[in-house]
Amino acid sequence: MDVDLLRFVVVGSVDDGKSTLIGRLLYEAQALHDDHLSQVKRASKQGGPIDFSLFTDGLKAEREQGITIDVAYRHFATARRRFIVADTPGHVQYTRNMATGASTADVGVILVDARLGVLPQTRRHASLAALLGIPHLAVVINKMDLAAFAEPIYRTFEKELIDFTAKLGFYRVTFFPVSATQGDNVVEKSARTPWFEGKPLLEFLETVEIARPQEAAPLRLPVQTVIRSGLDFRGFAGAIASGSLRVGQQVAVLPSGKKSKVTAIDAAGHQVMEATTPRSVTVQLADQVDVSRGDVLVPLESPTPLSRRLDAMLVWMDETPLDPSREYLVKHTTRTATGRIARVQWKTNHETLEQVPAERLELNDIGRVTLECPRGLLADRYAQNRATGAFIVIDPLSRATAAAGMVVELDAAPQGEQLRPITADEREARLGHRALALSVPPAIAPWLERELFDRGLNVVSVASLAAALACERAGLIALWPTPEPVPAIPAIDAKASRDEALGLVLKLLAAPRKA
Amino acid sequence: MSVASHLELLEAEAIHIIREVAAEFANPVMLYSIGKDSQAMVRLAQKAFAPAKLPFPLLHIDTTWKFREMYAFRDRFTAEQGLELKVHRNLEALQKGINPFDHGSQQYTHALKTQGLLQALAQGQYDAAFGGARRDEEKSRAKERIFSFRDRFGQWDPKRQRPELWNLYNAKIAKGESIRAFPLSNWTELDVWEYLEREKVPVVPLYFSAVRPVVVRDGQLIMVDDERMRLAPGEQVQQRKVRFRTLGCYPLSGAIESSATSLREIIDELKSSRHSERQGRLIDHDEEGSMELKKREGYF
Ligand SMILES: Nc1nc2c(ncn2[C@@H]2O[C@H](COP(=O)(O)OP(=O)(O)O)[C@@H](O)[C@H]2O)c(=O)[nH]1
Repeated sequence: MDVDLLRFVVVGSVDDGKSTLIGRLLYEAQALHDDHLSQVKRASKQGGPIDFSLFTDGLKAEREQGITIDVAYRHFATARRRFIVADTPGHVQYTRNMATGASTADVGVILVDARLGVLPQTRRHASLAALLGIPHLAVVINKMDLAAFAEPIYRTFEKELIDFTAKLGFYRVTFFPVSATQGDNVVEKSARTPWFEGKPLLEFLETVEIARPQEAAPLRLPVQTVIRSGLDFRGFAGAIASGSLRVGQQVAVLPSGKKSKVTAIDAAGHQVMEATTPRSVTVQLADQVDVSRGDVLVPLESPTPLSRRLDAMLVWMDETPLDPSREYLVKHTTRTATGRIARVQWKTNHETLEQVPAERLELNDIGRVTLECPRGLLADRYAQNRATGAFIVIDPLSRATAAAGMVVELDAAPQGEQLRPITADEREARLGHRALALSVPPAIAPWLERELFDRGLNVVSVASLAAALACERAGLIALWPTPEPVPAIPAIDAKASRDEALGLVLKLLAAPRKA
Repeated sequence: MSVASHLELLEAEAIHIIREVAAEFANPVMLYSIGKDSQAMVRLAQKAFAPAKLPFPLLHIDTTWKFREMYAFRDRFTAEQGLELKVHRNLEALQKGINPFDHGSQQYTHALKTQGLLQALAQGQYDAAFGGARRDEEKSRAKERIFSFRDRFGQWDPKRQRPELWNLYNAKIAKGESIRAFPLSNWTELDVWEYLEREKVPVVPLYFSAVRPVVVRDGQLIMVDDERMRLAPGEQVQQRKVRFRTLGCYPLSGAIESSATSLREIIDELKSSRHSERQGRLIDHDEEGSMELKKREGYF
């Protein structure tokens, strides 16, 4: 019973026949149960044929009620393969959903209505599938029954899309003349399209070679967690993002660069000599090297450098637009780092797919940006590695997933470039309040420090003017307890009550910082 | 290079999810319902952290109406495997006498399962709870996330669910909020059985066919598991060869007639059967979209 697993995403505009096609695949693969089937038969028109679209009506009902328009995942299996289908609504505003479904897909199935032909959204869907790195594109020219199964119509659309997708970098693009309602070329080859030389869609999905470029890529094992047991056992656990790992292999731990040798690999409870992506493993090393979550094991021969500045394509997914002045969280493999999207280089016009200048990205925009991560990411280009080239952007305030990112260029800035100095504004944005140094009467200093701290402010008592100024530069609120104030920094009067002192500090914090 | 089978891929994905949750959350817990999905999930968690013990406890929400064999199995299995088990009951509801006979399955489920779960999660201050739900189980689950966000009241707001791309899960939550994590999201019922067989994981014997005392009620075969079972006038206890596809509270679990007595036979039977497993769960029949509603209230 060893079959493999294929993930595909189905995209189409409303009414192209997506629900019908998926429903028919599930039906033909006998993935539907009798109780579900009889429900649908009852709901289909009296005495008429089965309405296959009703099998996947979950999303439709929502669309009508105006609630969650989302990705739904369905499962079916044939004797040859297990399938996971991502069903995504195909409106312009639903770029987000398609990107989600496409991110893990091996095949993208795109529907074209034979009466309408190739529309702007068809090109948009194909481009997005390419952007997310789906290796295979399958184009279903649907409703061929309404086009008299005419070959010339099919060929016209085929030609148009072959030309369009030629530049997009798919491994292969395959076409199917289909009637989803009547079943032509879905499971069985249709007698009504004798001119069609290809396989029916299901057979294609069953036999298409799953391109797993990740397997041939160099080893990347991002550490999820360190497992300790007894006195001696220390294992580094993670899912192999790319490549494979052997017992005896020399590895480097990044970012520290420490070297060691693999002494044992546990793959889901089995001791193995070798393991390949995407297995989850626990690795033991020969030396007591320091490894923690977010570190990556790589082959000794080809260590990757940390990238602090990189170019990426972003799909913006949040209602709140991108703000280049803000700090975001970037989750990349098992590491979450802070970063800024310093610049939007351009975005894609939804209709023409042309690159247009843009200051920011809004919901469902796709654009190229420069990302700055001060602590660096161990990234690869997405085109070379779908696992280590991908990241998500999290809004630190709302905690929403704001964007999906794909690395295009590493270290976009030339080496040795002047780093942008950190400004007081940046520190203020990070800490949530302005910096301040002030002298306070020693009697109330401990109380004031506690009071400010409990209000969530970053405050510290220091022993000298120099220390106060240093802490202020670091963005903190520095209290210098002294009976003898100096003119260099504001002071709280010795006679002030606790409340007066607190009031003064809060007033100073509310006032804009002098340049 | 050998191609990984679908079970190996699903296993690798589930272990990755379990490790992400354990690494990113301060206080996770694994919901343990004693059913086949829980058995698979616990085995995956053991593999994720071997040779160390699970870094989180198991939590059983006990309605007091589970099958006797389930309780016996739970205690034996967790003791043998050295698993930390916490059991929570909604004592308030039990004191009020809420039961599956007098209160209807909706009210009963809400009080003893949904409320019981929310109480236990709040008391334990858990910020993440693993559940064994699968997307193939029911229509409204098909779009469920792997990390499903719950507000401060444990409730599911469809508008606040986050897009999930690749295997990058956003684990940031505010204080008081929590997530439910579903490592078996992409598994089917068949996958679970095949995995349990491959891994030789024990399951409650009720999954295997045996002659059991049952009554026919609303077209379902309900087992008479203990003396609390109330018989309606005219109901006759019969001895039939039955087994269960899903296990829950015995008065609400429908049995199927079957002769499958091993995992292999269950798998063969499943492959030729055309009924969804939820048919045996009375709680889903209450109303259309009932699962969606329960989820919003905080049910798994
Ligand atoms: N004649 C014909 N109608 C189709 C075909 N596929 C879908 N339809 C019809 O097109 C309409 C929209 O189909 P549906 O599957 O709901 O589209 P979706 O919005 O893309 O999910 C329905 O009335 C279908 O019956 C086809 O191959 N031929």
